Amino acid sequence: MRFMVIVKATAESEKEGALPDPQLMADMGKFNEELIKAGVVLAMDGLQPSSKGARVKFSGKSRTVVDGPFTESKELIAGFWIWQVKSLEEAIEWVKRCPNPHAVDSEIEIRQVFEIEDFAPILSDEVIQHKKAVRAQLIGQAK
Amino acid sequence: MSATDPHQATHQAIDAVWRIESPRLIAGLTRITRDVGLAEDLAQEALVAALEQWPQSGVPDNPGAWLMATAKHRALDHHRRNALLDRKHQELGRQYEILEQTVPDLDSPLDDTIGDDLLRLVFISCHPILSPEARVALTLRLLGGLTTDEIARAYLVSESTIAQRIVRAKRTLTEARVPFEIPRGPEFTARLASVLQVLYLVFNEGYTATQGDDWLRPALCDEALRLGRILAELVPSEPEVHGLVALMEIQASRAHARVDSAGNAILLLDQDRAQWDQLLIHRGLTALARAESLGGATGPYALQAAIAACHARAYTAAATDWLRIASLYETLAQVAPSPVVELNRAVAVAMAFGPAAGLERVDALISEPSLRNYHLLPAVRADFLSKLGRTEEARAEFIRAASLTNNTRERDLLLSRAADSPHPPTK
Repeated sequence: MRFMVIVKATAESEKEGALPDPQLMADMGKFNEELIKAGVVLAMDGLQPSSKGARVKFSGKSRTVVDGPFTESKELIAGFWIWQVKSLEEAIEWVKRCPNPHAVDSEIEIRQVFEIEDFAPILSDEVIQHKKAVRAQLIGQAK
Repeated sequence: MSATDPHQATHQAIDAVWRIESPRLIAGLTRITRDVGLAEDLAQEALVAALEQWPQSGVPDNPGAWLMATAKHRALDHHRRNALLDRKHQELGRQYEILEQTVPDLDSPLDDTIGDDLLRLVFISCHPILSPEARVALTLRLLGGLTTDEIARAYLVSESTIAQRIVRAKRTLTEARVPFEIPRGPEFTARLASVLQVLYLVFNEGYTATQGDDWLRPALCDEALRLGRILAELVPSEPEVHGLVALMEIQASRAHARVDSAGNAILLLDQDRAQWDQLLIHRGLTALARAESLGGATGPYALQAAIAACHARAYTAAATDWLRIASLYETLAQVAPSPVVELNRAVAVAMAFGPAAGLERVDALISEPSLRNYHLLPAVRADFLSKLGRTEEARAEFIRAASLTNNTRERDLLLSRAADSPHPPTK
């Protein structure tokens, strides 16, 4: 099973030019090392403050662009991992071992990634049609 | 989905802790007891204690240290019971004296030597004195943390078969006095090859799982990949480890594209590449680069990974760099020759240089004994003959290939290609 493990932002992490405390970085580095040594990490990245980002709002046919920064820091994402583990409990157990990613109270959210099998009930006919089309194209090319 | 029963929640948490901690626990205990069977028993006793106590006390902050301390206490009990009876335990007396004097520190992380111990456990589980099945079962048990039942379901055998296999394996290791150490020099390369072989065997078992199988079967691919990634961090300077990981990541990237909705296998060239997992491809290419930067570009696993990478990089089948694949097969044929490699090489050569060049290579394999009943040999030959307009010969070869395969769908495909080969015009 795959999980996206999301580090939520804080007001401090959202500040321009904010860099984490060196001790925190060292502790987080050690934790990431443990994750890699356990063969669990598929991907990971940190996100820059929302002041460097933008939002696009969808309503009917209209698209509205809103520049960052965005105010609800606690709901923003500061970073993420994607882990391959056997269960949600395993993801939780690893997250419990993570050092607090911020200097203040903070939150890490764990979300399961959809696998293609989860879509099977709705996609099967489409997938069949698509594969038929691809095959016909390949046969056409081979001649 | 959260468990409403707090006991069940703790049990699931304990399962997760076991999966994370058990290999290092068993490795550390093996170093102390010098007996992998006893080490696993002690680890299991610690697990039982956790199952009894943690539902009330909660999962401790440092569960690994708790388990190790508990297991060490059991080891001391065990030693005291046996010390007078068994000379082996007297020899180990010094170790146990040290244990007795050490106050277990429940807050400290496990020993720094634990990485070395884990590597020693890897080598001992994959020891060549054991049969391949025994190595697989022991590795999945001690390093994968899989239960006997899970291994049995993954391999479609009875639980008692696996249980006996593991018991016998431990006994063989003990009786042969296999040392708990990291091999040195030329022995290291041979022993590492044995480890890689075990991992790739597990991966292939999962890769050949068919639709409708117990989900534990395809999960073997994930297990092999996880163990491979762990190994890559234990011996990061070994290029073939990264080569094997690269090969597995890239092959796993095709998992969802390989089978159609009816459960039939789809050939690589026919697969919908939009379903290839780009994250795994990226990881595979990174691992391959790591192998190559360590000077391991011509290792057998690295070469196979490089071939897989050629396919992975092509957005469409038509964009495949067949010249590079043919060149890689040429090197693979020198480094790890086999008739199957030569056959695959012929296919690549034909794609790169035309069917005549491919046919020349395949014709050299006709008398190869190990390919005598391999249906893909006449199938490939038939394909080349067909493309060269030698239709009578092609039809005969398609029919011959069909007769050599038990797979109904493949047989039907081959027979329909035979039927499609037009008869030459009668004069």
